[in-house]
Amino acid sequence: MAPSSAKGYGHLYQYTNCRILRDGKIFIEDLWVRDGKIMNPEVLFFVEKVNADQRIDCSNMIIAPGFIDLQINGKPDSNLFLFTLIPTGGCGYDFSTESQVEEGLKKVSHGVLAHGVTSFCPTVITSPSSVYKQILPKIKKKNGSKEGAGVLGVHIEGPFIDREKRGAHPEKYIKDYDNGFSDVLEVYGDLSNVAMITLAPEKKKTVEVIQEFCKRGIAVSVGHSNANLSQGEEAVRAGAKFITHLFNAMLPFHHRDPHLVGLLTSDKFPQNRKVYYGLISDGIHTHPAALRIAHRVHPEGIVLVTDAIQATFLPDGTYPFGEQTVVVKGKYSYLKDTNTLAGSTASLDECVRLFAKETGCGHALALEAASLHPAQMLDIVDKKGTLDFGSDADFIMLDDDLQVRATFIAGECVYRAQ
Amino acid sequence: MVEDEVVRGSDFCEISFFGLYIMRLVIHDSYDDVSLWAAKYVRRRIIDHNAGPDNFFTLGLPTGSTPVGMYKKLVEFFKEGSLSFKHVKTFNMDEYVGIPRDHPESYHSFMWNNLFKHIDIDPQNAHILDGNAKDLIEECNSFEEKIKEAGGIRLFIGGIGPDGHIAFNEPGSSLVSRTRVKSLAQETILANARFFNNDLTQVPKQALTVGVGTVMDSDEVMIIITGAHKAFALHKAIEEGVNHMWTVSAFQQHPRTIFLCDEPATNELRVRTVKYFKGLMDLHNKMIEPL
Repeated sequence: MAPSSAKGYGHLYQYTNCRILRDGKIFIEDLWVRDGKIMNPEVLFFVEKVNADQRIDCSNMIIAPGFIDLQINGKPDSNLFLFTLIPTGGCGYDFSTESQVEEGLKKVSHGVLAHGVTSFCPTVITSPSSVYKQILPKIKKKNGSKEGAGVLGVHIEGPFIDREKRGAHPEKYIKDYDNGFSDVLEVYGDLSNVAMITLAPEKKKTVEVIQEFCKRGIAVSVGHSNANLSQGEEAVRAGAKFITHLFNAMLPFHHRDPHLVGLLTSDKFPQNRKVYYGLISDGIHTHPAALRIAHRVHPEGIVLVTDAIQATFLPDGTYPFGEQTVVVKGKYSYLKDTNTLAGSTASLDECVRLFAKETGCGHALALEAASLHPAQMLDIVDKKGTLDFGSDADFIMLDDDLQVRATFIAGECVYRAQ
Repeated sequence: MVEDEVVRGSDFCEISFFGLYIMRLVIHDSYDDVSLWAAKYVRRRIIDHNAGPDNFFTLGLPTGSTPVGMYKKLVEFFKEGSLSFKHVKTFNMDEYVGIPRDHPESYHSFMWNNLFKHIDIDPQNAHILDGNAKDLIEECNSFEEKIKEAGGIRLFIGGIGPDGHIAFNEPGSSLVSRTRVKSLAQETILANARFFNNDLTQVPKQALTVGVGTVMDSDEVMIIITGAHKAFALHKAIEEGVNHMWTVSAFQQHPRTIFLCDEPATNELRVRTVKYFKGLMDLHNKMIEPL
């Protein structure tokens, strides 16, 4: 026999006795991994003529691409980094040194591994300009490892959003870009660590701003918005390709103007321009009937997101959220003394399970909605979000109830359920 | 056992036995039974051979729809642990010229999907002709060399076409032919069009194939024939004389040949041929019993 490593190649792993998710189907197939990449076994066999160094029996589990969460909320001065901050007293914590940013990111990215997330976009909600300038340079894009899920870049949600539809964002920091992209740069400073941005498309100069973001390879999402459908369509024609947490923080569907929800069935932009949309399927933010509506009209655009706030994984109680306070009670989280829902406290694997259950969409689509679709949206599908040959070996093992049993990043096991 | 059969067979005028030279016809009710029997026979031969690092079992393999069931069973045997291919070398009969190795219709793809990806064979021991080789003649000659180096083929398994061709040795091929480049008959090209989006320009016009002589050289040959549409070919194969227009008939003269077929494939045979061989089924089934 000729194991891969004996022929001068890397250690070759063959995951066997498993079902894998590929091209929208779950079927019995082995998964081959070498040097952190998914390999084509046909080429290994006929061209390199090598065998696996190690065969791993997966006891008939499902192997799916690792989850990608486009929206894990947080504002750096207190909540993205809650894991460090809460024990030391929460608000007012001096958050200015680089090591503390790293510490906070580390905790979050490590915490999500158990939920099958192999990469994510740390999300920064509406904040004062000084905070962006201080924090954005410190949240660097990073490969995942045993230490935690990979960082694909920051998702900045705000401050260019609508005041009425601000949700839990602090009103006083909300801004417009009347002077176009120069206003954007003035607020954020350096954009090199940013992967996507949520803005309200009804603002003046939106087309110009969206085009400039697209030119820089930053994905634009519409949300926290009072826009009507035609404003949404104009944004999509300009390059926007995502809707931030559909149904939440936007005008509701109306039959004479379906508003942003209408983008799911709009025919006013080129057919090859697919619109993706975030769904918080935590059983609270979006009613199961609304999940089913979205699923039935536009299944290939679904991106499950947690919109998780710092309270995720925390017991009931009161927690800081930006400069505000959030009350967590079971799965619900409200701004203190209001009825405004703050981010979700669900984990992404829970959202996947709930979505599969409520829509009856089948395991394959539910899993793709948290892996393939976000990767397509970010245009990183050559590396992430699939088990295709040549992709990064970021994958998860699940049982038939879609409970995550193990998480792998670059072929390395980074989490295993007890 | 063999002697007994020779004695009993001597009064059967259609099929002749010369000394220990035996041609068997094994008839089963259904395709599934045929597949299971074929797989059990292969397993039995590999185990009997006592294959090991210094004693490889060499196996000739076909592609096409007929052997799919047998491959499924072989994979099952491997998965249940009753068969290993660690010490097996395989040689495939043929491959198209000029289509990518990983084209879904290539015989590389067929072997990969139906057998190799599921079992523990060493990739270095799985030989398939390279239809994209720079020098096709050299590729054919070296294939013959490799078979020789491996000590010849112990068991060659084949299927046939409705016109009685074995591998790509189409009607009219020489019965002493060796591995070579072969132009496909127009019927074959037309029949294959359905696998290539009905686009004739994409259908391979040539193939590399082992010759009838190459298969004849192996110790033992097992031809699988299933379905009513192959019935006439089976009749031509065993009830009439050796004829290069029905190339599979050449194996009447092979010292150890098994024709393995299902009931529908016997439709064109004489009743007494079928009865005679069905009477030998107990004997045939002993050939696959576990040790």
